[in-house]
Amino acid sequence: MAAPMQSLTAVSPLTLRIVAECPVTKARACELALPHCTVSTPVFMPVGTQGTLKGITVDQLESLGCQICLGNTYHLGMRPGPELIEKANGLHGFMNWKRNLLTDSGGFQMVSLVELSEVTEEGVRFKSPYDGKEILLSPEKSVSIQNSLGSDIMMQLDDVVSSTVSGPRVEEAMHRSIRWLDRCIAANKNPDKQNLFAIIQGGLNAELRRACLEEMTKRDVPGFAIGGLSGGEEKDDFWRMVTLSTDHLPREKPRYLMGVGYAVDLVVCVALGCDMFDCVFPTRTARFGSALVPWGSVQVKHKQYAKDFQPIDPDCQCPTCKRHSRAYLHALFKSDTAAMHHITIHNISYQLSLMRSVRQSIVEGRFPQFIQTFMRRMFLSRDQYPSWAVDALASVNITLE
Amino acid sequence: MHLELTRVVQGSGRLGVLRGLSRTRPHHSLETPGCLLYTHLGSVPHLTQDTLHTLKDLPSVTQVTLSDIAEHQEVLESFKEGFRKFAGLHDTVLYCSLHDPAALCPAGYTTNKTVSVWGSGGRMELTVTKFMSLQKCTQPDWYTSMADGETWQVNTTRKRVRKSVDRTLAHLDECLLLHHKLPELEEVSVFGVVEGGDIVDERLRSARETAKRPVVGFCLDGFQTGFMEPSVRAQLIAAVTEELPEDKPRLLPGVGRPDEVLACVEAGVDVFEGFFPFQVTERGCALCFRFDVTPDPESAVLELNKEEEVVRNGNVNRDDQTQMTPFEINLKDKRYEDDFGPLVKGCGCYSCQNHQRAYLHHLLVTNELLAGVLLMIHNTSHYLGFFKALRAALASDQLELLKRRVMEAGGRESD
Repeated sequence: MAAPMQSLTAVSPLTLRIVAECPVTKARACELALPHCTVSTPVFMPVGTQGTLKGITVDQLESLGCQICLGNTYHLGMRPGPELIEKANGLHGFMNWKRNLLTDSGGFQMVSLVELSEVTEEGVRFKSPYDGKEILLSPEKSVSIQNSLGSDIMMQLDDVVSSTVSGPRVEEAMHRSIRWLDRCIAANKNPDKQNLFAIIQGGLNAELRRACLEEMTKRDVPGFAIGGLSGGEEKDDFWRMVTLSTDHLPREKPRYLMGVGYAVDLVVCVALGCDMFDCVFPTRTARFGSALVPWGSVQVKHKQYAKDFQPIDPDCQCPTCKRHSRAYLHALFKSDTAAMHHITIHNISYQLSLMRSVRQSIVEGRFPQFIQTFMRRMFLSRDQYPSWAVDALASVNITLE
Repeated sequence: MHLELTRVVQGSGRLGVLRGLSRTRPHHSLETPGCLLYTHLGSVPHLTQDTLHTLKDLPSVTQVTLSDIAEHQEVLESFKEGFRKFAGLHDTVLYCSLHDPAALCPAGYTTNKTVSVWGSGGRMELTVTKFMSLQKCTQPDWYTSMADGETWQVNTTRKRVRKSVDRTLAHLDECLLLHHKLPELEEVSVFGVVEGGDIVDERLRSARETAKRPVVGFCLDGFQTGFMEPSVRAQLIAAVTEELPEDKPRLLPGVGRPDEVLACVEAGVDVFEGFFPFQVTERGCALCFRFDVTPDPESAVLELNKEEEVVRNGNVNRDDQTQMTPFEINLKDKRYEDDFGPLVKGCGCYSCQNHQRAYLHHLLVTNELLAGVLLMIHNTSHYLGFFKALRAALASDQLELLKRRVMEAGGRESD
């Protein structure tokens, strides 16, 4: 009998093609081919926790150029549950999103909902905030839910410890995350359609990080995430762990830095070698009336904008800026939820445009100049530059002017 | 502004086209009976431009209310170029009403010289002078004059009703006086307001007197849903419209339920406010009542003679406008949890073409903002479809059939 043709012609569900590498920093511009479409990196991934980006239709998201967004296993696993989503043809079918989806494992909720959770070797025991029922989120259960969701990229269940915690718990969590990675890999029912990413842990301890990197990179996973950061730790520690991680991650696989979304952080961490980012900040802050702009933010709800008839950003091409003024949005916040949606659209547009510009500059070999211009625009003067950013960029040969 | 009537059937309503709505937008017209596009400060609730424009054949008239605008007077005066431009509304006719039909006004704040509106910062008292200064900075294409419509409470005395008629006429005269002094309002049309509560003589008096003034149309106030027996309302409206010139439009604020719309069309109303889809959306419901009418005259006769079972589930109590009506389904209901059909089979709106009941159910249960967006799109689409069907039914003498169809129970169950 002939060898099954499938294995010979099977396309990997993930292929990374490096299009350009910055000769000065560790930045790369790539094409990340995933089952639903190709994603250009560096990429910012908006977060649609419960199977929706708050207030935005999938058409609007597509029009903004989004190629991949997030859904959350913990939330969707609770409501409406994996069985229902399977019946709906996976999360793609349920929310009618035709491009890529990445699902988090539910691990982060262990930190954010720590009052309601207990970690053992088995998994995380949660008390459901909706009906008080107890659920055990094990590596197997998490992967099973994600298999039902059918996301293009799934995250391993990791033992997440707040980055402000130190001591033996951090080491325990790091080792357990490796064991849980192996359990997740074994539990993945769809390795030919769904990519399981490992998550590097180790807190702010270089030794632990290195150990984790060494072990996890032995596993044949399609991509790696850098986890356990962006949780309130000192930025000085943060960037050092990021750059240490990218130093030890394989070049030809994507690096996903979880929970990072502030503009400065994005630019710096691209320079440090990261390809993918996610964060609730841009969409969440939008609902509070905070519009992101190249020079910081415009707090549209503040009195000073009541008679400001300019758009949020005169240079922005998003639907909100093309039609509406700060004054109108300021007034609309008192009358209708649509005001939030206008800002959400603007903020997603801002984030995606930023990453597009970053990428373009890498491709054209002028990323270092881009960084200089970016920083000048964002801060009033050189002495306003955050020192961690100055140090981090210096570590990759960028001396800020 | 002028109303071109194409068909008048006594006791059955009138079909027409309202033209000359806007000097700057002469191509705009409104087919009647028709409804206005309801907004909060110029935005259809929950919707931005992209989501709004998934809808076809939007009404050419956008309604905005002084209760939304009043607190922004200073801003509009700084802006100078009128509300339409301020709100980023491009190609629409702008109509400014006093009150928001979807928000009940507390009683007891009307005086001889003032009425009150409620904005986000609380109550604002308006004299005619202030009212007109608001029209001046808003620069709508048309507005209704300031009126005292506080006759809806149970046991409103005859004396109080008479006062509302007198005050409203006085306000109208004062409005018109100031109107002619303001160059900003040169091309702007004014509707007079007919008051009179549930007292026939007062209604007639108000109608006759208002008709004497140089107004281009009439707002029939004090008939809002929940405040009057439907049969009483229909009689009063019919009596009022008898007194009004045939060629001027009649607008009925605060009535939006399909059955009531039909009854009021029969009584002679031309224009309605389009707030009902918003109310349905806010309670997590989707409009699903049928308004398709068989085009074949033979089967139409057969249908009319059938014993139709009319089930009135949902709201029997008309007073509470937040209550479900028989014309909608409650998507929070567990039965829709795994219903993968569209909101309404055959509906061409964005929500029905792209999403399922189960998804909407999930969005509502998890309190997601997208629920409001998708429901507003569907409910607006459905409601506009109803008005289109209403005009078609009037044109082809099928109003009775449409009335029966609208009241049918079938549409409410899962298909």
